[in-house]
Amino acid sequence: MQDVVLALLAKEPSHGYELRARLQEALGPLGEELNAGQVYVTLRRLAKAGLVEARVVGQSDRPDRKVYELTPAGRDRVAAWLADVSWGRPAPAEFHLKLVAAAASRLADPVAVVDAQRRELLRRLADVQRAALAQPAGSGAALLLEGTALRLRADLTWLESCAAHWSAREE
Amino acid sequence: MNVDYVLRARGLRRHYGAGPSLVRAVDGVDLAVAPGEALGIVGASGCGKSTLLHLLGGLDRPDGGELWLAGRRIDGLPEAAAARLRRRAIGFVFQSFHLVDELTARENVELPALLAGASRRAARHRAAELLDRVGLARRAGHLPAELSGGQRQRVAVARALVNDPRLLLADEPTGNLDSAAATDVLRLFDALRAEGRTLVIVTHDSRVAGATDRLITMRDGAFADQTVLARRAPGLGSLTGVDF
Repeated sequence: MQDVVLALLAKEPSHGYELRARLQEALGPLGEELNAGQVYVTLRRLAKAGLVEARVVGQSDRPDRKVYELTPAGRDRVAAWLADVSWGRPAPAEFHLKLVAAAASRLADPVAVVDAQRRELLRRLADVQRAALAQPAGSGAALLLEGTALRLRADLTWLESCAAHWSAREE
Repeated sequence: MNVDYVLRARGLRRHYGAGPSLVRAVDGVDLAVAPGEALGIVGASGCGKSTLLHLLGGLDRPDGGELWLAGRRIDGLPEAAAARLRRRAIGFVFQSFHLVDELTARENVELPALLAGASRRAARHRAAELLDRVGLARRAGHLPAELSGGQRQRVAVARALVNDPRLLLADEPTGNLDSAAATDVLRLFDALRAEGRTLVIVTHDSRVAGATDRLITMRDGAFADQTVLARRAPGLGSLTGVDF
């Protein structure tokens, strides 16, 4: 959220209300979950961190308002964010350790652990697919949902390999 | 007996070969599908799911076990009676569409109705209605070769529905389709589910979860696990992990 706000402010300075409208326009259906409070909280945090600064602009017929713009440190942060290639750690690493530990400690049947995980991922995939079926093809939200679904499908395929591996060990 | 279920199986079994080359393709499957339920059966290739679908639809005969369709025992029916049943009570959708290449979309949809004894006029009317239902009213006069894969599969779904079957069986319906066409076909299945059709979809494509009420995971010819899919509607942010 902080980075998105910084990027939009890099294009042009905005006051809070206007920024929220720009965010919602850029985010489409995703922006529906964004409330005004979150934007103001984010702006205050960014100001505290020295990444944006607020300028008070007087208005004749209404109370003064704050226009936010990026500081040089804020510009550096946006550039670094766009260039950053780190990627969230995929789930298999931790799950593999859980299965190994379940089997070694005999605290749980690894196949039952796999089954429970599969049910959870299938439920999530069902939710994601239903949302995707409701989106017009070619929308940004559809694209994001496709990425989420692909990841879940990859994890589900891998869970089948886990199930095969651990059921073979039981026999 | 069991009239509450559209489809019911007990101890269903189908083995191939013998001795060391024995394959237990379907090995003791119990199943009950309620009216209006959309059931998915998922599993890796070779898990026996296609053989199971063929048994459920009467395209293959079990070596053991019992099978009922709408309360009527159907395993062991003589072939002529089984063929009649398949035509009238069950609609099939296959991975490779199985349309007749020389017939237009409309004629393909009409064909099972005519075979079941409908008048030409009734068949034509019903085919037009169904092609409209699957979004292909304007392609009715096209040959399969003039249609995309997704369109061909939608024609196949219309054909499967022409005799208003109690049960629709689909075998890897998205298997030959690209991602966008698969989404179209899944959207169609989801709409049929919402209309209260009874569906059994066998597939390795876990995306079918979005169009079903319950998923069974099959492994080594048997049911390994089952997931009931509640119809939740979380927001986009929590679905995709976008966090503000």
